[in-house]
Parts: sequence; structure tokens; C-alpha cells
Amino acid sequence: MKEMFNAIISALGKDVRFYGPNINTPMLPCIVPKDKFYDVARAMKKVDAMLAAEWASDETLLGKGKGFGVYACYRLNDQYLVVKTEIASDDPTFPSITKRFVPAYRFERQIDSLMGITPVGHPDLRPWIKFEDWPQGAYPLRKTFDPTKPLPRVKGEYAWVTAEGEGVYEIAVGPVHAGIIEPGHFRFSAVGEQVIHLEARLGYVHKGIEKRFESLSWIDGARLAGRVSGDTTVAHSMAYCMALEHMTRCSVPLRAQWLRAILLERERIANHLGDIGGICNDVAFTFMLYQTMRLKEIVLRTSHGLFGHRFMMDRIIPGGVNINIDEQCIEDIEEELDYVSDEFERLVGVLDNNDSLEDRTRDTAILKPEMAADLGVCGIVARASGLDLDCRKYYPCPPYDRIKVNVPLLTAGDVHARLWIRVREIRESIRLIREMMKTIPPGPVVTEVKLPEHTAFGFAAVEGWRGEIIYWLQAGANGEVNRCMVRDPSSMCWLGLEQSVPFGNIVPDFPICNKSFNQSYSGNDL
Amino acid sequence: MIRIMRQILRTGIFTEPVPEELTPEVIEIGEQLKQTIWKHFHRSLTIRQVDAGSCNGCELEIHALTNVFYNCERFGIHFTASPRFADMLLVTGPVTHNMEIALRRTYNSTPAPKLVVAMGDCGCNGGIFGESYASLGGIDKVIPVDLVIPGCPPTPLNVLSGLLKLMDKMGKG
Repeated sequence: MKEMFNAIISALGKDVRFYGPNINTPMLPCIVPKDKFYDVARAMKKVDAMLAAEWASDETLLGKGKGFGVYACYRLNDQYLVVKTEIASDDPTFPSITKRFVPAYRFERQIDSLMGITPVGHPDLRPWIKFEDWPQGAYPLRKTFDPTKPLPRVKGEYAWVTAEGEGVYEIAVGPVHAGIIEPGHFRFSAVGEQVIHLEARLGYVHKGIEKRFESLSWIDGARLAGRVSGDTTVAHSMAYCMALEHMTRCSVPLRAQWLRAILLERERIANHLGDIGGICNDVAFTFMLYQTMRLKEIVLRTSHGLFGHRFMMDRIIPGGVNINIDEQCIEDIEEELDYVSDEFERLVGVLDNNDSLEDRTRDTAILKPEMAADLGVCGIVARASGLDLDCRKYYPCPPYDRIKVNVPLLTAGDVHARLWIRVREIRESIRLIREMMKTIPPGPVVTEVKLPEHTAFGFAAVEGWRGEIIYWLQAGANGEVNRCMVRDPSSMCWLGLEQSVPFGNIVPDFPICNKSFNQSYSGNDL
Repeated sequence: MIRIMRQILRTGIFTEPVPEELTPEVIEIGEQLKQTIWKHFHRSLTIRQVDAGSCNGCELEIHALTNVFYNCERFGIHFTASPRFADMLLVTGPVTHNMEIALRRTYNSTPAPKLVVAMGDCGCNGGIFGESYASLGGIDKVIPVDLVIPGCPPTPLNVLSGLLKLMDKMGKG
């Protein structure tokens, strides 16, 4: 747990100031001077830490003489290090760390676009999420920005990265896609059928969620968090609530924590089932789609019957949960799991014995372990590329500290690996739910959250079905919502898709490549 | 192959009859509905779904419509890849600033007569995202809407009954 602490001390000496309760906490916050921000990145790279998030906060209302804060969150094994640097409002710049950490590439473009703080030394400052037709100087995350007014449109054009040469042509796809999926734009440069470059342009579903949090109460924020990405509603609302509970030092009843974990694993099962079918469907193996969607529907219906909502939206609330389970409920879930697990294993048998499916999925969209580490991907994408990352294992909240998760790991990094990671995770989630139902402690399921009354912050990381979700909340001088930073795994993994496709993949294989990653547009665009 | 065939036979048919709470309505619609679809849409209703900023919850439920339980194709309801073939746009999301132009273009590419259905609470009025610099606050702020299906997200049954009602309205109107 001390690697990052030692590294930052040896690089910065007395220039770093820690403000956490002690240095052995799983989440260690510190402040460094602006000119040392890059040195921290260099030191973190040396110890093989990964960048988990980078964001900015407008802190001008927090006190006299305050400006902005730029934060970088590093992750190494079982610890997060949140490094803050203070930026004066009359000089909104900070040293870019993109040269050391690739994921900073888009985080910093986003900071530049939405907060108006320029990362000095960043190689590519085209707007991100913000579109070219937004007015100059519209920085929605700043306190001076009025979010209630509609944005006027101005003239502008996005500068695409273009490939040139004999026989090179471009294919533009989106934002309205052929299937029933979210909007985004993909620009392929191709020679014949071979993709030589792929650039995604996202931001179409930017709903201003982070700004919206600032106009809601802390309690209502949980509902908004549940709608950051509808397929991950449980994990997002759980991460938000845990960050709020961290900030307010609220200790959630154990029973509520068990129930949250059960919902989280149910969400994982439902989504992985859908994805396995979806991947097979993209290579015309529709049998599997209909079979897995049938199982998924059974899971959703059980959730509807027991918890009142098919996706279990708004069941996790600050301080606990608003559902409970009794003996009958446990029996129902067990019966459902027995059936689903039995049927699923039959399907896995078919999946494992299909040569043409294997032929299409193996060696398709390879994300090599080194590349995955460079891009800092997380979740299922990381685990299919040999990176042993899982918050349930390394940053466990109860019950995961008692019920250990066997994290599956594959190294091929292709569609096949991402498909099989999902298969294994479904099995593991079924085991976990059974285990949790056996050990669920009695007691209340919700407790009161004492809302903050002065400046404070809260942090949480939760392993959703896609991967690690991070929330960072900041309360203002009177305890109001000053900033709510949301980091969906998609912000890390979209680059993985873009980098894996141009190496030996053909245009018609893009749907299956995309589906095997299945990142959220909404979670990325916010 | 034999395993696949065996699994298909084992599984059998899961498609459900229209549930009881909807049955009276469906009976009422009855023959009239069939005539409507035949008359206006040549036996089938082809839908182009447009995500105008949804959280993707609604998309999951639209996907569910095509699963074996709901099997919407039996009603002649079919999803298409191109707005040029569509009779109806099924639009989700509060319409983001960044999707507004794309939504207008999709609408203009859809041949008349066309229907627009706004699905989900945020499609109806912006929902929790409200009206802001980034969210326009509902589909009808951008294109004319024929029917709203509220819910967050509406269940597949809500969507199905909404669509059936709309087709009925078309027949009478």
C-alpha cells in the first residue's frame, strides 16, 4: 500500500502535503504545487501506477482567493492516490500529463473544453464532448456559466485526423446507427476492406449531467446517478451513494451492503447475458441471441417481481437501500439462479463447440496486454487483456471483503477473450449471489445520512459490470453540491476499441469489435 | 449442430399471449387494427429508433421487445436500419443540444406519412435532465410528436400497448 506514497515522497519531498486521516487509507488525497504536477505523473509511471481519472473543479465559491482545482487519480494495487493542484483563476493552465499517461489525453481535452483550463503541452486540443458549434468561452462546468439558458450555435468544423494515399478512402458512420444503439460518430480510413485508422467522436448524448448534479440536492443526486448509463444504473447509484456516505462518514448497515452487492451482481449477470448474445448475433449466430435474451428477460422479470423495477433503478439510496428480501425472496432467487445457471451451461456447451463462431472471434480486435496497460483500460476489457483489475478484489467494500471474488483473467485480448470473460463472470456472479444470500446479516437496511454543512469531499470506486466506476463529490462552503465528478469505465475503454480495430481488422467486422467492448456512450458523454 | 437443434426443441416456444390486462383493449382494437395496418402500412409497421440523448435504459427495453417473450414482429412491428424505410420514429432521450441536428435530419429523411413516438420520461419532458444548455427538454421541442409513452424506462408491455393504441387511433382518424 505504500508504493505510491514512497514514490511521491522521494520525487517531491516536502512539496507534497497529505490531508487524509492517515497514509494507509485505501484512498490517499494530497496537494502538490502546480509546477510539480507533471513530476508526480513521472514518479507514478515509474512505479507502474495507472491513471484512473483526471478532472477539474471550480472552487472559486469555496472561499476568498480560491481558483480551480485540477485532480489526478492514480491507482496501484489496492490504493488510490488523488493528487490535487491549485490553479489561480487568472491563469487557468496546468501541466499536461498526457505524455506519461495516455488516458489523460481525453480527460484533459474535456477539462479544456468544459472547464476552460488549458493543459500546457497537450498534443491535441480539439474540443471533446463540447462540439465545434458551441460558442467560444462557453465553459459549462464553471460557476459563472448559466446552465439554464440554451446554447446558441456558431460556425465551426471538427478537424478529423485523416489518412492519405493511393486507394485510401473514408467511411463515416453515425451518429444515428443502423441498429438500436446509442449515437456516436466513427470515422474509418480504409484501404480495400482493411481499416487503417479509426477515430471515434463522441459527445452526442452530452446531457450536462455533471452540471445538473450541482442544481439537485445530495439526496436527489442518487436518482440522477442512476441515469448516467441506464444499463449500469445499480453500479452508478451505488458508487454515488458510497461517495456521499464517505463524505458524510455515514456507516451503512451491513444488511444494506449485502443487498447492494446482490443487486450489483444481478445487474452484471443480466448485462453479460445480453452481451454474449449480442456478440454472437453480430456474426449471424442468432440462435445464441434469442437464447441469452430469453435468460436475460427471466432475470429482469425476477428483479421486477422482487424489487419493483426491471433494472432495479432507484433501489439504492443514500444511507442504504429501499428494498429488502425475506425467506420467500431468497427461495425465488435461488430457484431462478438454478434455472438460469442450468440453461446457461447448456448454451456455453454450444458456444464452446462452434468452429465458425470461434473463427470469427479469435484474433479479432486484439488489444495486447502492453497496449491495454498503456491505454489504462479497466473492467472486462482489461481482464480480457491480462490486467488483473477489479475493485471488488482490490478496493473491496463489504461483503466483498469477506466473500472473495475469483477474478477471471485471460490474456489474448481479442473478441473471443472478452466473450469468455463474460461467461466466467456470469458463473462467478451466480456463485457470489448464492454465497451472499447464505451469509446476509439481519438488521436495518437504511440509516440516516447527515448532509454536509461545510466543505468536504467524498470518493468511491465500484466495479460495475463494465468495470470500475469512480465518483468524487465535493461539498461547498455551506455543504451544497459544488462538484460531482463521474468517471464511467467507458471514458477509459473507448480508446481501447479505437486502437484495437486498425490492426488487421476489416470494416465489416467493426460491429462485433464494438459489441465485444460494448462501452456506454451516455456514460462517456455525461 | 445437433446440440443447437436439441436446445431449440427443448426450449420450445416462449412467446406469450398478449397479457390479460391488455386483452380487452386488444379485442376492442381487433379487426380494426388489422385493417389499419393493412391500409396505412401495408401489413407492417416499420420503426426507426433514434436515441436523442437517452441513458440507454429505453434502448434495453426496445431490444427486449424483439426477444422471444414479446416477439413484436408477430404484430407486424419491425425495426429498420434506415429512416427512408420507416413509418415511425421511436425517439428516446431529452434531445441533447449535440443530437438536435441529427434528429431533425432523420425526421426529414423519413417519408410521409410518418409517426413520431416519444418514449420515456425524458423524451416526454426532459425527465430528470430537465431543460439546460445541453438538454432541450423533450422530443416535441424539436419535431412534432404523435404519442408519448412515459416511464423510466417504460416496460416492453407499456411500449407495446402504446404502439397498438396509436395504430388504433390512426385507423379511426
